[in-house]
Amino acid sequence: MSQQPKRGQHRNLVFKLSLFVAGSFAFGFALVPLYDVLCSITGLGNQKSLLRAVAGFIRPLEGRVVFTGPANADEARRAHCHLIGHQDALKGVRCARDELIFQTRWAGGSGAAAVAAAERMGLQAGLDLEVRSLSAGQRRRLALCRLVAAPRALWLLDEPLAALDAASRALVAAAMSEHLASGGLIVAAVHDPLPIPARTLEIGP
Amino acid sequence: MSALGVLFRRELALGWARGGGPLLALGFYAGVTTLLPLSAGPAPMRLAALAGGVAWVALALASLISLERLFERDFEDGALDLIALGPLPLELAAAVKCAAQWIAIGAPLSLAAPLAAIALGAPAAAAPLILAAALLGALAFAFVGGTGAALALASRRGGLLIAVIVLPLLTPPAIFGGAAIGAFLAGLAWAPAFALLAAYALAAVALAPFAMAAACRNALG
Repeated sequence: MSQQPKRGQHRNLVFKLSLFVAGSFAFGFALVPLYDVLCSITGLGNQKSLLRAVAGFIRPLEGRVVFTGPANADEARRAHCHLIGHQDALKGVRCARDELIFQTRWAGGSGAAAVAAAERMGLQAGLDLEVRSLSAGQRRRLALCRLVAAPRALWLLDEPLAALDAASRALVAAAMSEHLASGGLIVAAVHDPLPIPARTLEIGP
Repeated sequence: MSALGVLFRRELALGWARGGGPLLALGFYAGVTTLLPLSAGPAPMRLAALAGGVAWVALALASLISLERLFERDFEDGALDLIALGPLPLELAAAVKCAAQWIAIGAPLSLAAPLAAIALGAPAAAAPLILAAALLGALAFAFVGGTGAALALASRRGGLLIAVIVLPLLTPPAIFGGAAIGAFLAGLAWAPAFALLAAYALAAVALAPFAMAAACRNALG
């Protein structure tokens, strides 16, 4: 961020995210702690900047984000972190299926898993359309598909449910619950509460 | 390896996608190479003397056109976050993007370069050298241009800024490539200038990814 921090906007954020990853992520069937993500940072009081600090894009003014685990932080992020910002990272000119398969395979999933995830999100009818002709809610669901299709332990989500209707929210909530049950972790920046049980940390001026 | 292929195919598809791509660059190239004889006068001797240089400079200009697409779109729609958190280091991902840019835009332009030079009066015997020099030059333009595109990230309307950053860096390949073609047409040794052009292109391929990745990280933060 090139923006200079304004006085009074700093927030001390000290919390520990413990990440336990279930066997389905490749470590046998035992529940093993893969990474502890330790955050102790001071920055602009902004939910988005917290997510981006954990993802490694922002260096906090003070403190740090530490991944304890077998790989270094950069590798850990690239192998185990999903970040979905408030934008959908989709190109309007491309076919929805191409974009979905690119995003999924880039994140480490397979093309078949991508299509299965799209069906689960109720998108099978829209896959052959250009992204630009999809509605905002469909684009959001398309972007969220890679969470399911390419399993990664830590989901960093910025307003994941924006633009979604009630039925779609239920679909996403089910995927989130499954992820948590399998030992994954979700850090979501939201205005309205998530439809799943979650700890809340108030950030912001 | 498969992640590399996945990204390369996506970049290639985006390079060819509607609303730009090689056709736009080729149209621009044809426009520039056609305008010059109209302004320089129709005397065949004069045009033939300029042919190699014109084909070459127009290539550099046409390579600039689609650079804004290279990083800016991905930055604006959040795809650069996705790419940064992918399996490849950002340096390698940036190199893949530039390589795809070279294949999608640079290669068609390189094919047009000998045609334009011959149309302006260069001998057909020079075509293979012009093609080879154009391919090498386009490689350098893609990687140097990618650096400019990454540096201009997050500045609104960065297209002109990219051109201002990149054009001075295109001076060496403009000199070496033009010298190689000129020497060939004059019957002199063209290999030294060609080797310098190749050296510049390879240096760009080797060094630009680090600059691009650093510039992208700076913009993402």
